[in-house]
Amino acid sequence: MEQWIAGLQEQFPILTPATLMQYWEGMVTTVQLVFLSLIIGLVLAVPLAILRTARNPLVCTPVWAYTYVFRGTPLLIQLYIIYYGVAQIPGIQETFWWTVFREPFYPALLAFTLNTAAYTTEIIRGAIVATPAGEIEAAKAYGMDWWLRMRRIVLPSAARRAIQAYSNEVIFMLHASAIASVVTLVDLTGAARNAYSNYYAPFQAFIFVALLYMMLTFILVFAFRKLENHLLKHQKSATG
Amino acid sequence: MKTLIIAASFALAMMAGSVQAKEWKEIRIAFDIPYEPFEYKTPDGELTGFEVELAEAMCKELKADCEFVIQAWDGMIPGLLARKFDAIMSSMSITPERAERILFSEPYYNTPGGWFARDDFNTDVTDMEAMEGKTVGVQRGTTMDTYVTQKMGGIVSIKRYTTADDMVLDLEGQRLDVVFVDYPVGEQTILSKDGFKEAGEPVKLGQGVGVAMRKRDKELANQINAALRKLKKDGTYDEIMNKYFKYDIKM
Repeated sequence: MEQWIAGLQEQFPILTPATLMQYWEGMVTTVQLVFLSLIIGLVLAVPLAILRTARNPLVCTPVWAYTYVFRGTPLLIQLYIIYYGVAQIPGIQETFWWTVFREPFYPALLAFTLNTAAYTTEIIRGAIVATPAGEIEAAKAYGMDWWLRMRRIVLPSAARRAIQAYSNEVIFMLHASAIASVVTLVDLTGAARNAYSNYYAPFQAFIFVALLYMMLTFILVFAFRKLENHLLKHQKSATG
Repeated sequence: MKTLIIAASFALAMMAGSVQAKEWKEIRIAFDIPYEPFEYKTPDGELTGFEVELAEAMCKELKADCEFVIQAWDGMIPGLLARKFDAIMSSMSITPERAERILFSEPYYNTPGGWFARDDFNTDVTDMEAMEGKTVGVQRGTTMDTYVTQKMGGIVSIKRYTTADDMVLDLEGQRLDVVFVDYPVGEQTILSKDGFKEAGEPVKLGQGVGVAMRKRDKELANQINAALRKLKKDGTYDEIMNKYFKYDIKM
């Protein structure tokens, strides 16, 4: 490990212990931000996707409007509105909400969560809609009610269909999180920007951070492949 | 024959060199406008500003015939090297990176960093104990950033911004207690609004701004340095400065 760091510093002279520490703290912030927003986003997206497939327009239209707005605007703009916009509301500084919105972490978390929830809702909705009619008819023939059908038939089979699209969403979210640095949050990109402006060494600062992002991406890809192998076991040929 | 040609071309080159070094009777000086109050055009199209007037005084001192050239910022150093003009007097800060390619005169001004805050801020920015736990905004990578990081790192919480606009928004929104920014920028974007004030004495930082020339024109640099020194001493400099600034930028 020490040898590895020594070799790294030869390639990237700007990686002093202080800079490495900043990168590390940035990585912790990025992972926290992405992980939390993905978890909360997924928890929100499942019920929203079910509502989105409802026939009653009073139920499905608001969900449609929400996903339309958040998929139709850039995440950067959403973050700006939530971070800078909220601070401009008169009197907000005197309310309880200011303790949440004062620091950049929660506005960023809110923007990322709402954004990923919108995309995930649409991914899951597509998977639910694609449920073969025969499976539902069979479930009905067994006398399952709506709730049981959802829980035992529709959602598990939708999860299998959604997993590949969702793994892309997760990786996109990791990369999109780079914009958190525009609201003063020192995430991985923020750490790279600080290193860049301290040493005027754009290649070193940004190539190193690109390697870190790539490492995180590989971990995600690996984890999702395991998950896919598990969920899609039935699709494998008996010999393979 | 070959030796003769080489000898002749050497002689020519030396002659040309001596003509260059002898006298600078014509100097072309480049400005990037508008950058108020340093260089800009008045409504009737006349080029003026602190650096323009200083350049005029300097040319008078050098008894040189000066031509003023307008050049956009990103073409400044390439234009100088391509001999489109001989000197740049357009608020170019002296940095080691630039000094590798071009020759700087002695610095002739330096804008200080200024402390700005909302009217209700009453802490002494030089008192480290009182500043403990405060949030300070700076522009990333500026000399102000370096100053705060070195002097107050670990005492205050530092937030770094890419643009001054974002920083001013967060000062308004009360996310920041105080900002430390290039004084003219703060004066224009913060002090021009109601409810804000200067929160401490301006601090002089960095190596200042110098006249930029080609590396080979050492003779021109000597003449310009001598002229600037004279102007700084005989009061001409102060007279021009006081016309444009309420604070001291002399260096």
